[in-house]
Amino acid sequence: MDLATLLFWIIAVILVGAALMVVGLRSIVHSALALIVLFAMASGIYLLLNAEFIAIVQILIYAGAVTILILFALMLTRISNINQDSNPTNRQWWLALIICVLVGVGIMLAVTISPHAVADTGNGGGQLPANVNNVVRIGQLLYSPTGYSYVLPFEIASLVLLVAIIGAIVIGREEDQ
Amino acid sequence: MGLTLYHFLALGAILFFIGLYGAISKKNAVAVLMGIEIMLNAVNITLVGFSFFNRVKPYSTYLTGQIFAIFIITVAAAEAAVALAMIISIYRKRSTVDVGEIDMMRW
Repeated sequence: MDLATLLFWIIAVILVGAALMVVGLRSIVHSALALIVLFAMASGIYLLLNAEFIAIVQILIYAGAVTILILFALMLTRISNINQDSNPTNRQWWLALIICVLVGVGIMLAVTISPHAVADTGNGGGQLPANVNNVVRIGQLLYSPTGYSYVLPFEIASLVLLVAIIGAIVIGREEDQ
Repeated sequence: MGLTLYHFLALGAILFFIGLYGAISKKNAVAVLMGIEIMLNAVNITLVGFSFFNRVKPYSTYLTGQIFAIFIITVAAAEAAVALAMIISIYRKRSTVDVGEIDMMRW
């Protein structure tokens, strides 16, 4: 077992454990804190996959911004007893469990017995030229106005973010009579 | 034998159905949102895994999965902002965040 495999198993166990804590803990603040661990461990998975840029963006946006947003929302929606049983499940939780196990088994079967087998070994990073690393290549793919790039979806994404900011302000502001 | 694509696909599948369980079984609306965030992260792990194990030759196709992951992160951040604004707005009007009690659209 090489180092990458060992790291993968350590990170994967912590990741799945943090996910189980997010859905299982009794206090919702503890769930939100377990979510930070989950995001940080997902960033470790991205580092194992040679995706440095995604790992940094994951830390910045998820572990930084989204978690703060969720904690702010928990603070603004004051629940009476935040310490005990503030994260309840509804009465049909067993039905949810059955549905999730069925979906999970379906995904696993689709991945393993599919006749359209995917390439399961090899690292596509070897295709890159020597002076081009991950961040440089992502920049070329996102911004290049002439070559093969995703510049139009990138601009549309900025529009989506602008609309989301305005929408969040409009929806969340106090009604003034 | 080392790592294969199936390790990452299995990890993504496990995370996806844990997040699905959280999204459809929780009563607190913020907890539902946390489940959705777990599901989006699972999809991102799968996409980055496909990008890493991609051996299609013209190297312009390498990293396509990571580009998709970046767009998913963008849309997830926008979705989290709008959803939390909606939750706070509903809390102001109804003084609850229990998704079972938010039934304005029931007939």
